[in-house]
Amino acid sequence: MTAAEIARDVSAGRISAAEITASTLAQVDAVEGDVGAYLTALNDLARAYATRVDERISAGERLALAGVPIAVKDNMCLEGTRTTCGSKILEHWIAPYSATAVARLIQAGAIPIGKANCDEFAMGSSCENSALGVTRNPYDLSRVPGGSSGGSAAAVAASEAAIGLGSDTGGSIREPAAFCNLVGFKPTYGRISRYGLIAFASSLDQIGPLTRTVEDAALAYDLMAGYDPMDATSLNRPVGRTADSLRSDLTGLRVGLVREFDTKVLGERSDALYREAYRELERLGAELVEVSLPTADYGLATYYLIAPAECSSNLARFDGVRYGLRVEGNDVAAMYDNTRAAGFGAEVKRRILIGTYALSSGYYDAYYVRAQKARTLIGRDFARAFAQCDLIACPAASCPAFEFNAKSDPYSMYLMDYYTIPMSLAGVPALSVPCGWTVPEGGRLPMPLGLQLCAPLFGEQLLLGAAHAYERATNHASAHPPETGAVRS
Amino acid sequence: MNPAYEAVIGIECHVELKTATKMFCGCRNEFGGEPNTKTCPVCLGMPGALPVPNAKAIEQIVRTGLAFDAEIPAFSKFDRKNYFYPDMPKDYQISQYDMPLTVGGVVKYWLEDGTMKQCRLTRVHLEEDTGKSTHAGSGDGRIAGSAYSLLDFNRAGVPLMECVSEPELHSARDAVAYLESLRRTLLALEVSDVKMEEGSLRCDANVSVRLAGTTQLGTKSEIKNMNSFRSVERAIASEIARQIEILDSGGRVVQETRGWDELHGVTHPMRSKEEAHDYRYFPDPDLTPIAVARNDVERLKSELPTLPWQRFERYTGEYGLGVNAATQLIDNLSLARYFDAVVVRSGNPQQSSNFVLGELSRLANETGVDVANSKVTVEDLAQLISLVESKRINSKIAKELLGRMWEGAGSPSDIVEREGLAQTSDPSAIEGFVDEVLAANEKVVADYKAGKLNVLGFLVGQVMKASRGKADPALANELVKKKLSS
Repeated sequence: MTAAEIARDVSAGRISAAEITASTLAQVDAVEGDVGAYLTALNDLARAYATRVDERISAGERLALAGVPIAVKDNMCLEGTRTTCGSKILEHWIAPYSATAVARLIQAGAIPIGKANCDEFAMGSSCENSALGVTRNPYDLSRVPGGSSGGSAAAVAASEAAIGLGSDTGGSIREPAAFCNLVGFKPTYGRISRYGLIAFASSLDQIGPLTRTVEDAALAYDLMAGYDPMDATSLNRPVGRTADSLRSDLTGLRVGLVREFDTKVLGERSDALYREAYRELERLGAELVEVSLPTADYGLATYYLIAPAECSSNLARFDGVRYGLRVEGNDVAAMYDNTRAAGFGAEVKRRILIGTYALSSGYYDAYYVRAQKARTLIGRDFARAFAQCDLIACPAASCPAFEFNAKSDPYSMYLMDYYTIPMSLAGVPALSVPCGWTVPEGGRLPMPLGLQLCAPLFGEQLLLGAAHAYERATNHASAHPPETGAVRS
Repeated sequence: MNPAYEAVIGIECHVELKTATKMFCGCRNEFGGEPNTKTCPVCLGMPGALPVPNAKAIEQIVRTGLAFDAEIPAFSKFDRKNYFYPDMPKDYQISQYDMPLTVGGVVKYWLEDGTMKQCRLTRVHLEEDTGKSTHAGSGDGRIAGSAYSLLDFNRAGVPLMECVSEPELHSARDAVAYLESLRRTLLALEVSDVKMEEGSLRCDANVSVRLAGTTQLGTKSEIKNMNSFRSVERAIASEIARQIEILDSGGRVVQETRGWDELHGVTHPMRSKEEAHDYRYFPDPDLTPIAVARNDVERLKSELPTLPWQRFERYTGEYGLGVNAATQLIDNLSLARYFDAVVVRSGNPQQSSNFVLGELSRLANETGVDVANSKVTVEDLAQLISLVESKRINSKIAKELLGRMWEGAGSPSDIVEREGLAQTSDPSAIEGFVDEVLAANEKVVADYKAGKLNVLGFLVGQVMKASRGKADPALANELVKKKLSS
């Protein structure tokens, strides 16, 4: 069932939140051994919340997410629950407060089923950088679910939740959504409060939903979006309801195809799928135009200076003094060293080192300042492109879900986000919507691909509206894989 | 100081702002309290917590800049200053690097002899305070040898003003006079308590010396751990002497941070330049740039209170008060405001100062009631002064009246009327008292006539006493003399 269907049924009294929760927990029990989506199960809390929702419903309250089971990425605080960021350094940390986005969904009747696995501090594209657990792609257990929001994606794909909460810094919602045949939506930077989202790169981090349908994504977004006085970077401007903007055709819209993003490099099968996706947009009434993002190719280099620079500072607080892991030493400095050496994984350390270097005196202008300038240019590229089109369409990821340990050198992993990073740097809203199945090179089972759609700043209504039309026309989202998936819902 | 050398001093102050809440969260901004009771996820640097700037604190920095005639740029921003320290919750401090809220400006200050001087400011910026460490187990509270340290984050996130002067001060006395003026100004602006003993004012001094007449700055040392204005003066004087001694003996001053040892009256090396941090400043991505609206700046400028140096110039210039009296008034802001109001009504600054700093201050000290909050209204005191000026009462009666007014007996003219205290300038009335006194003091009168002229004062005093103080003293004097010589 989709989130919208559950909310409708629970609201109408056709089924109780308690029953939905019980069946979701049963599904978790059945598949978690294979999938491993969650780091922390919240069974008791989920049941308690379900009881509360049923009470509110019978008291006549209208709840937009009545009884909808959600998976909360483990870099978001939920008061009283373990919040680890997939890191040993926070393995036993209990959040003393709730993230605004999470609180807004729960207030609307959502039931938190568990805290979902992720790459450590959201740094990664496969969930393999989690220090605390392995998450497998429900469509092929030998493959990764994507990342960093891989746990949330796997949970929704395996029907262990109807909505997965993810965070996207350079593609961490869109790529796992593509890998798990989901809709993954990153709104405009600042639309959804980051309060309570444990920061990776503050100027890029954005919370968003991973869902089975565009309608569900719109439902979750509408509830989470909007100004939060606790986040100085949250946008203080009206949010247009996206649930009312879902369309069934693309008449009158110009969709830009990016000249620099030639899908031929993705191989014949993927190329064919994306060409078909673009043709579908045209069939729906869109006019396809070619646009150029000449600086997009610098996205990766730019991103891997700005994001590590911010993370080197954001992660300084994990020092063993006040909370989290502490490994004693002879003095404070040794305690810091020991704690951080033991607490952080290799990728996190790599990025802290890169970022520290990029901000160091003597290198700052050459790296950080230049990267900021490049970021401005990338933003201008998007502005120019959007003068010629209403939406941009391109791949969401460089390939379908890959096997574990397939991307062992960091750079090949970084390349996974080649198509998603420019949008993050520009702050524009973008989403991945399922666009078909392909058997990967050397693979056995067909795996999904994602089409990325991207709109100008604040263009969420247009973006979700158009994605909805594509989704209805193609039905990839609700379709099961042509061959039997590893885990069936 | 050796006249062959000139000292060059710059002062860096940290001042905690007196806002209702902390800089980036809603916790109360108050001194003291049970450790870690005024904290929240934000000021504890909990994972996921975000800072939201306190608009009031920003406004206070802008007002401070305006009071020192600084430039207020249209845009400013917060930066992160990165370094690890256990009492700094995020292991970075939100501060301002290259775009401070205020740039430049001038602090006008005066010396004990009334000389007005000035020292330019480099900048005034806004940042957050750290928590407080208490080191235990070493016996002397020092970190060296301590077994463990306790952390209190009540102070973490308190808005902190950093105020940096240009190296334009040339003696320990100048430095203290500068600090006093800075302190008075911040008190007048009501932006801080500016208490060194509670840590709401902390300062470091950069000290160097050079040959008099040269312009190249010498190698500086930074002096820390000064806990009072007196220790600032002693520390700077001691450091100047130390550097001169080094140079005189052919040595070179090393750039370093030195700590002031109050007990032994010397500075000790703390760390050298080589150990200096690379703070890796960069714009805080959790905070958006600050746009300072021009009309807000104009409004804040127009709402500035009278500044201490403006008062000083008016008091010692236009009003002709002495440096001590002027300074005494300025250092008690409510008294100065009261005094200003009395002067406006009485038009007599000297008399106003005499009453305000004299009898009224004495009564205030005695009773613990502020003059400004006492029952002696500005109008009543001005009336009292005009009664003295018009010789309706003499100063002795005036003092007595003031005591009655303090207790709430009403306006001076009412009391004078009610109790017939008006000064008598009627010669016939005074003559009666003179005759009475001369008759009762035959021996003294005889002494006078025998040439012992200094008993005159005694006789006049007796006349005043007989008149219950109401007689015009000058007239009484004249009449006694006249009677004695007749």
